[in-house]
Amino acid sequence: MHGTENGRTVAARCVGLVKRYPGVVAVDGLDLEVRRGECFGLLGPNGAGKTTTVEILEGLNTPDDGVVEVLGQRWGTRDDRLLRERIGIQLQETQLADKLTVAETVRLFRSFYRHGRPVDEVIALVSLDEKRSARVGKLSGGQKQRLALACALVSAPELMFLDEPTTGLDPQARRHVWDVVESFRQGGGTVILTTHYMEEAARLCDRLAIVDHGRRIALGTPAELVASLGADQILELHAGGELDPDRLGTLPGVAGVSARNGGWMVRVRDVGAALPAVLGELERAGAPLEQLTTHQATLEDVFVHLTGRGLRDG
Amino acid sequence: MVEPKASRGGALHPLAELTRVRMLEFLREPEAVFWVFVFPVLLALALGIAFRESGATSYRVGVTDPAIADRLAGAAGLTVMTMEPAPALEALGRGRLDIVVEAAPGESPLPQFVFRFDPARPEGRSARLAVDDALQRAYGRKDLVEHRDEPTAERGSRYIDFLIPGLIGLNLMGSGMWGIGFSIVVARTRGLLKRFAATPMRRPHYLVSYALSRLLFLVLEVAAIVGFGWLIFGVAVRGPLLALLAVAIGGGLSFAALGLLVAARSRTIESVSGWMNLIMLPMWLLSGSFFSYERFPEAFWPAIRLLPLTAVNDALRAVFRGEALLGGALPELAVLAVWGLVSFAIAVRRFRWH
Repeated sequence: MHGTENGRTVAARCVGLVKRYPGVVAVDGLDLEVRRGECFGLLGPNGAGKTTTVEILEGLNTPDDGVVEVLGQRWGTRDDRLLRERIGIQLQETQLADKLTVAETVRLFRSFYRHGRPVDEVIALVSLDEKRSARVGKLSGGQKQRLALACALVSAPELMFLDEPTTGLDPQARRHVWDVVESFRQGGGTVILTTHYMEEAARLCDRLAIVDHGRRIALGTPAELVASLGADQILELHAGGELDPDRLGTLPGVAGVSARNGGWMVRVRDVGAALPAVLGELERAGAPLEQLTTHQATLEDVFVHLTGRGLRDG
Repeated sequence: MVEPKASRGGALHPLAELTRVRMLEFLREPEAVFWVFVFPVLLALALGIAFRESGATSYRVGVTDPAIADRLAGAAGLTVMTMEPAPALEALGRGRLDIVVEAAPGESPLPQFVFRFDPARPEGRSARLAVDDALQRAYGRKDLVEHRDEPTAERGSRYIDFLIPGLIGLNLMGSGMWGIGFSIVVARTRGLLKRFAATPMRRPHYLVSYALSRLLFLVLEVAAIVGFGWLIFGVAVRGPLLALLAVAIGGGLSFAALGLLVAARSRTIESVSGWMNLIMLPMWLLSGSFFSYERFPEAFWPAIRLLPLTAVNDALRAVFRGEALLGGALPELAVLAVWGLVSFAIAVRRFRWH
């Protein structure tokens, strides 16, 4: 192995990553550094460049510019296969062969690696023991996704890439996938994950990069990112008339305000002080209240605050 | 660094696993099994029955006068039916009769007849000779020479003898090209190729596994058709079975490489199907599977012989006829080798894993 300092503490990094497609810059100068043993998330809406970034890190796509290093090694050398032995990959939208059984599929993937876990052990790891002889085509969406994880885990990788691992799954199936990821983490594995679900990012990730239009717009732990709002409550309101955001933003207990979906998103430090003040301001402005909700600040609010759009607005 | 011997956790060598999985997928696809194993046998059965040639041909003779039927009664090789003139002519026109014989009394002292037949049909001309001979004898003609018939049942010259090697060739082409091209494009559209490319799998292993599974199935496919032709129609392979196997493998691999080439870049089932048909349909017609390409003008023959299916068909027929393999089928094997190697080389270079 290349015993660089980075290789021991950094699982993957990229500097100044750029990928252009005709008419669109998918990745626009992205810098990331993923530490060993952490779960690092790329959070962003569809089309933010998350998948392109991850595929470049996985060596499946080549950047137009920038430097990529995975487990202390670069792609495009004679050692690519050795690097592939050390990483596990789950791609977005891989449909494994319907006609094969769970065990046959895992066994096939196992055969590609020189070292790794026994087939049955991996099947147990993703709780598909009872389905080991079932055809892939007969599995539920959640079971298929766990099989995809099993195929990523057969090599006992040091680093696992998960691209939208729970998209389209129901909440229970989603939790099941999370359990598998967490047990991999407990074994010391590093995870790089993309998602557009803030719950998933908050639950699984030690650190997150929020990505939009191929750029990193925020970086930190989920708690740090939420704290960057300067508020722990969010008040969303719709009113029937004109409101002055400057006046709203300076009311007692209010940290800031931004427009959102034809209404207002008010970041609140102190609900007790802010709520009467906001209602008073509505009355002063002669704008009747149409809707008002409050909730605990989340990563979604961070994204909305930074971009003016929601994660699922597209 | 010394790599410890890999255990692969209960799995075999990747090439073995890939080949095994290919075969399982094929066997679990009932439609594919039907087209590869059942369809050619059904086709052979249908065509063999439709074009059968019974050893002792009997000509179907329509007569308009019962007296003529009496005269022809004892003649060998004639099936005589007495009919009204109009339906008799209609039956002749539709090919249900080979000849119609009418009495045509005239000024001649001899009995006079009219033979109605289509001289363009071989059956018509032969029936005319047979009826003439039978009538002459019936009216007392004495033979001036004597002869003895010694029929040699020349096996290998019937239509079914021509057809069986052609069907084997067609099957090698169809299952090689569809079996490989289709499954590769399906795997690509499902993102499976990309997923495999993300593993340390050696990429040539994937492509070679298709060739290996083809080789294993090819033996069964060829055996099914050969066995069927032999059991039902008595079509014998006069050359060595090893020669048959060699030609089948050469053809099978050549078509596998062609299928790989067609599938190398296609991203949709529609586009790969279009290319397959574009390549295979001309060979269905030109390459002498159902009828000899010698029916085309001679100027075209050299070009037709360069087609892979023609090469397979010609080489298979040489083996069936028992011609020495290395003398008879060498040019054909060379044609197959060129097609196979060139297609494979281009396919590997152009192959798209995403």
